[in-house]
Amino acid sequence: MNAAFSPSAASPASGADLLLWVAVPYICLAVFAVGHVWRYRQDQFGWTSRTTQLLEHRWLRWGSPLFHIGAFMVIAGHVVGLAVPDSWTGAVGITEHAYHTTAVWAGSVAGVAMVAGLGMLCARRLLTRRIRLGTDRSDKLLFPLLSATVLLGITATAAHNVFGPGYDYRETVSVWFRGLFVLRPQPEAIAGAPLLFQLHALTACLLFAAWPFTRLVHVWSAPIGYLARPYLVYRRRAAPAPARPTGDRPRPAPGSRRAA
Amino acid sequence: MRVMAQVAMVMNLDKCIGCHTCSVTCKQTWTNRTGVEYAWFNNVETKPGVGYPRRYEDQERWKGGWMLDKRGRLVLRSGGRVKRLLSLFSNPDLPSIEDYYEPVTYDYDNLVNAPAGRDMPVARPHSVLTGRPTAITWGANWEDGLGGAPEHAGGDPNLAGEWAQKVKFEFEQTFLFHLPRLCEHCLNPACVSACPSGAMYKRVEDGIVLVDQDRCRGWRMCVTACPYKKVYVNHATGKAEKCTFCFPRIEAGQPTICSETCVGRLRYLGVLLYDADRVGEAAATPDDKDLLDAQRGVFLDPQDPEVRAAARESGIPDDWLDAARRSPVHDLVIRYKVALPLHPEYRTMPMVWYVPPLSPVLDAVDAAGGNQDDPDHVFAAVTRLRIPLEYLAELFTAGDSDVVGGVLMKLTALRSYMRERTLGEAGDEAVLQAAGLSVREAEDLHRLLAVAKYADRYVVPAAHKEDAAALAATENRCPVESPGEPSETGARRVMLGFPTLRRRTSEAPAGGHP
Repeated sequence: MNAAFSPSAASPASGADLLLWVAVPYICLAVFAVGHVWRYRQDQFGWTSRTTQLLEHRWLRWGSPLFHIGAFMVIAGHVVGLAVPDSWTGAVGITEHAYHTTAVWAGSVAGVAMVAGLGMLCARRLLTRRIRLGTDRSDKLLFPLLSATVLLGITATAAHNVFGPGYDYRETVSVWFRGLFVLRPQPEAIAGAPLLFQLHALTACLLFAAWPFTRLVHVWSAPIGYLARPYLVYRRRAAPAPARPTGDRPRPAPGSRRAA
Repeated sequence: MRVMAQVAMVMNLDKCIGCHTCSVTCKQTWTNRTGVEYAWFNNVETKPGVGYPRRYEDQERWKGGWMLDKRGRLVLRSGGRVKRLLSLFSNPDLPSIEDYYEPVTYDYDNLVNAPAGRDMPVARPHSVLTGRPTAITWGANWEDGLGGAPEHAGGDPNLAGEWAQKVKFEFEQTFLFHLPRLCEHCLNPACVSACPSGAMYKRVEDGIVLVDQDRCRGWRMCVTACPYKKVYVNHATGKAEKCTFCFPRIEAGQPTICSETCVGRLRYLGVLLYDADRVGEAAATPDDKDLLDAQRGVFLDPQDPEVRAAARESGIPDDWLDAARRSPVHDLVIRYKVALPLHPEYRTMPMVWYVPPLSPVLDAVDAAGGNQDDPDHVFAAVTRLRIPLEYLAELFTAGDSDVVGGVLMKLTALRSYMRERTLGEAGDEAVLQAAGLSVREAEDLHRLLAVAKYADRYVVPAAHKEDAAALAATENRCPVESPGEPSETGARRVMLGFPTLRRRTSEAPAGGHP
């Protein structure tokens, strides 16, 4: 660990630190949770991936798979890096060096794929007039916010861990992150982190807050159940439903699906 | 036996004059909205021709429908479940807007607002997608009446055989007919099977295939899976939409809009009973040419007491059974076997059937210097003139020209016999018998096909009264919600793809329940 960070880690958190690293994350998480409940109940009709492949497919063909697969890898990397304490990986015999070498390599590949894919998706959205005109307010929020988060993240990694001397975020950022979820916030853990990491964490918080109000909700509709579903779906026109379920406007009542 | 009822359609193609009234009234009813400007739930194509969207029948390219794998199992042509999920990010087999056409509107303002000048002001076309002036280069009925056929119609995927070479060069001299198309509301719908979210379903009561707009997540696999390309992406809402078979009207016992407004009175609507347990087996029939009989084998005889008992057990009400007995569709499809399905080889078991047109054969008789009204000339044409017959067989019988020939023989015999009767002669019953018709049957079929009274064409039983409460939403007012108009009861309405922005008003928050 860099000695310069030790004093700040020990000192009590300032008001600004409390605001940025405790209040903001919790507010964003609250908006994330409540926002999803609200959207799910109120706006099933708007709950979609909002595909534009019909209007443009040449850029999408490369950009969308690159972005999504890169994103899956990046998310997996963040889960490991943020949620798993380094004492655990150490306990199973993974050395610090091995961990970071893997993280930097895999992370770089994933990050580059995601950035390239997102770049192509942004490009088609900006350059294809048909799509630009169909871009709604939530997209105008989402695309810049997502791009900022991704770019800050990959820049932080590149600046500190690929080309720089190496920065062990698992000692600081990860501690702060886990602290939020065990309800023992430790703002001082991240207060001394490099600016790029801090900005990345903040934009990520905002991204989570924006999530339920954008097309990102389609993530929760990943159709895994399709793998096990019978092919044909029969439904009754009007099953005698005791209570009208929220968010289900058209005629067939849920739960009345019958399969052949 | 699991009896289900389906409201099915038959079209008598000889009567179609290609006026597009069905398409226009359908569009006014269902797709005159942002996002589906390019979509025609009902369209009328000129055949031979590439159709709408372009070459949709080329399943090597578009991967629609079902096929048998090496082990004889029924699989979606677009691939298995895992492959489908892997192509969620980018669907390689999705038609793009260019394969349909770029929707346009016209600069009508210019007609009244143009400054005074020497030239007449014109209304120039503007792309609806970009708002910019555009050249119109394609449309949903671009080849109307074989327009541009020498250039384009050779691309018709049905013109694959050797026999077709001759057609390609002789279009304008040979034949044409119109083919109105809508969703087939299949017994074995590939779109439903391909929907990752389970948003698409077939209704048990009337067989109508619908997209649940609240469950659709815009994965667009249905568009690929449908071999008829009759599911569309609403590019404003990002959700799939398709022909609804005008279910609010069907539920009220009325014919669909396309049927109601059909100028040629060529559409028939009626109930067919089928055994849902036998659908999968029938769709997996090994030989393409046996699929027609396999599908007919799935239908049940509404006169059969056993079927009636099983139908009652399945909850089919008596008035529906009665309608099934009087169904004109049952008569045309099963009793007289003059109606054929469109592309049975797609194995979706389509439920909009067609009485094949005699006119291409009659045209051929004329072209060969024969007499249209002489049944012998027509019979000879049916047996010898391969071009129209093979083409019709590609469309309706998976290439089996004997079956199409048989139907055309029957129509010829009927035409000739009834013509003589109408002219005051006795009529040659031998001609009828050769075609397998009795005098009584001929009169019956003539009444159905030629006289075609409204009440005979449309036998649509209303949705049953027990469901009245659930149907209240559609009985009292327009079931399609208009933008920003809050529903007083909060009852279920058909929410068709109004984009969120358009639905947002001060009274009704975005996309919300009022």
